[in-house]
Amino acid sequence: MSIIRTENLCFSYKSGDDENQIITEVLKNINLDIKKGEFVSILGHNGSGKSTLAKHFNAILLPSSGKVYIDGIDTSDESRLFDIRKRAGMVFQNPDNQIVASIVEEDVAFALENMGVPYEEMRKRVDDALKSVGMYEYRFHSPNQLSGGQKQRVAIAGIIAMRPECIILDEPTAMLDPHGRREVMKTIKNLNKEYGITIVLITHYMNEAVESDRVIVIDRGEIILDDIPENVFSQAEKMKNIGLDIPQTSELIYLLGKEGIKLDSHIITEEKCVEALYELLKG
Amino acid sequence: MLKDITLGQYFPVDSIIHRLDPRYKIVMIMIYMIMIFSGDSVICLAIGFVYTALAVALTKISLKVYFKSIKPVFPFLLFTALLNILFIRDGDIYFHWKFIKITSEGVNTSIFMMVRIILLLAGTSVLTYSTSPIVLTDAVERLLSPLKKIKFPVHELAMMMSIALRFIPVLIEETNKIISAQKARGAELDSGNIIAKAKSLIPILVPLLISSFRRAEELATAMECRCYNGGEGRTRLRQMKSGKADYIALSVTVFFLILTMTVNIKLK
Amino acid sequence: MSALKTENLTYIYSQGTPFEKTAIDNINLEIEKGELVGIIGHTGSGKSTLIQHFNGLLKPTSGKIFVNGQDIWENKENIRQVRFKVGLVFQYPEYQLFEETVYKDIAFGVKNMGLDEKAIKERVHDTAKMLEIPEKLLKRSPFELSGGQKRRVAIAGVMAMNPEILILDEPTAGLDPHGRDRILDIIKNYHKITGSTVMIVSHSMEDIAKYAKKILVINKSELFCYDTVENVFRRSAEIEKMGLDVPQITRVFNKLKQLGIPLNDEIYTVEYAKNTVLKLLEERRI
Repeated sequence: MSIIRTENLCFSYKSGDDENQIITEVLKNINLDIKKGEFVSILGHNGSGKSTLAKHFNAILLPSSGKVYIDGIDTSDESRLFDIRKRAGMVFQNPDNQIVASIVEEDVAFALENMGVPYEEMRKRVDDALKSVGMYEYRFHSPNQLSGGQKQRVAIAGIIAMRPECIILDEPTAMLDPHGRREVMKTIKNLNKEYGITIVLITHYMNEAVESDRVIVIDRGEIILDDIPENVFSQAEKMKNIGLDIPQTSELIYLLGKEGIKLDSHIITEEKCVEALYELLKG
Repeated sequence: MLKDITLGQYFPVDSIIHRLDPRYKIVMIMIYMIMIFSGDSVICLAIGFVYTALAVALTKISLKVYFKSIKPVFPFLLFTALLNILFIRDGDIYFHWKFIKITSEGVNTSIFMMVRIILLLAGTSVLTYSTSPIVLTDAVERLLSPLKKIKFPVHELAMMMSIALRFIPVLIEETNKIISAQKARGAELDSGNIIAKAKSLIPILVPLLISSFRRAEELATAMECRCYNGGEGRTRLRQMKSGKADYIALSVTVFFLILTMTVNIKLK
Repeated sequence: MSALKTENLTYIYSQGTPFEKTAIDNINLEIEKGELVGIIGHTGSGKSTLIQHFNGLLKPTSGKIFVNGQDIWENKENIRQVRFKVGLVFQYPEYQLFEETVYKDIAFGVKNMGLDEKAIKERVHDTAKMLEIPEKLLKRSPFELSGGQKRRVAIAGVMAMNPEILILDEPTAGLDPHGRDRILDIIKNYHKITGSTVMIVSHSMEDIAKYAKKILVINKSELFCYDTVENVFRRSAEIEKMGLDVPQITRVFNKLKQLGIPLNDEIYTVEYAKNTVLKLLEERRI
């Protein structure tokens, strides 16, 4: 079953005055199918169109042409806006600017309050959501007492409480330190594995994309690669050309390859790299 | 530190007063104000004092804290008292020298005034020390909800208030950061005349405003993504339940009001 | 002579209140002129507090700071001059832009130094060039620029003051790989051209390993070490224990070492790793 499906999705906007109208094409003919339970990374540099794409998955933006379906619902159907947002929740970059309430548990309840969920049910869902991101002990804290990573986990809990099929995270770690980044990555991986929630992670950090099941590389509004991480990061030349990083392990194997030492180019993890180098160097 | 504003003056201790339903507390403070300002005899004030002392004692917050809230207004209090003494010229004359004339009425009024204001401050402190600003906002929204019928934007105002409370500390932190950054570029913030001072605020206010707009926009999007659609049909995680303690507290308050009123009428 | 020296530098927040906290504890440090230093440490380790002492934004609770051998707090009146000597670029510096034009914003700091119009103009244009800010952008509003451009304009505002010591707090935060490399290259170039002392605070060990000559590690309010990159990564086990990352490539080669591959050097860049592997294979052939 697909949870997110796009058909020839194009997005452009007009700027300038009437005489000199400039049309900027941000997304060009995107066809995408994300299945339930997948953990997908959308990788691209700033201005590649990846965030614009993400905003289409939550009906914040509507396509200029083409269609986007969330769980089979056409996002241009305004009457079903909340059905879409309940199924595909969105987490943003700045942890501060998405927390509404001054107490953690009340923020997690915010969406449920809006949806008119009755108290007993709400109480249970809020507690479950907080437990699933490991923030239950902090339920009475003020967001101001939390670290960036913790705030981001609260924001994720606020989405989880809606019991969505899918969470879209738009560069959730860009403003965090390494510790916070690890926290958030661990949380979303756990949500994917334990709860079967579909994850769409928008990022420009390759080391995050490495951890997903599938990497979609987007450049200048077009999908240029869509494959498992091993097959994406083995294309060192291509990735570097569009200004993206590859893991140091992949880079080393690529550089050695250029020197005539051929190792399996699909190696991206540390363990595999150590194994391969050990075989090569043990003599 | 500026950071303390967030908590308002809330003192998170566990006391009977802290546990009271905030809606009742607001109603009680209203009754309390009527009580303090309607009684105009010493006995009335004594009744008011007993009530206040009882409430203060029940909050389990040190008296020092209460004195601290009264201290800053003290000079102002003395000044008004002085004006009252000097300008009220009815009643028996205690002292007369040139244009200075101190009368019994003047002394009475100024003492009453002072005691009333001190009681009022102590009483409101009981409310703000025992109730966080967020809960207070919420309680006001619920108390005013009948006004929604006449299209008064009760929910919107409360939402604005609670978002403001949420972001005050964030913006304070941001302001401090911007001040440091501009100082690092050699900005002088506290020198020169008023115009120079006002001008030196521009490098701080402009970035602050721009970032506030950005935050507001992002927050609005995030709220919409979480199905926010105004106050219509909302349910609440925070339950406000009134119980025995609230009924007793309200009864006691009403009793004190009636007592004050009776004494007042009897003495007239 | 050292560019910067601290003596028993200690700073305690909210001293005398229940919130009292020692942010930096007895730091003794000497940084040579013209050094390119990477500063690493946890969030909350005290590194931000430390760098705000270097230009006199914070006054030490006890201890001293010397810039060019001069105690910066000897004469309080002169503290503003210290801020021109030690330039500090904060995290997300684009959030401090406020002028109508890019030119004016870059000129703000220089103007505060009291330079004349001509000198200001020269400095702004020179700095803009160094930071790859095209001339035509100088007349535009800083708020119309892209994220990467804004960041460069904000950094230019501090660089234009020609500080003897330049400190940047996470200059690449939030940028994509391309933007990150560009900023780091510009900083390296600035260091080369001006010969000034540069310090970069970063969470990315890969970047520090690639660009810095020396590393300063702050842990739990204390100076853990200040040494060459190689010597610091020799202690990678301790660094990882602090919860800090070491470059992935260092981890790989540390494991190889444990497996008995004869490696002497500390490996912290991919280029170096490649050469080491090639050298080992070469030796084997002989």
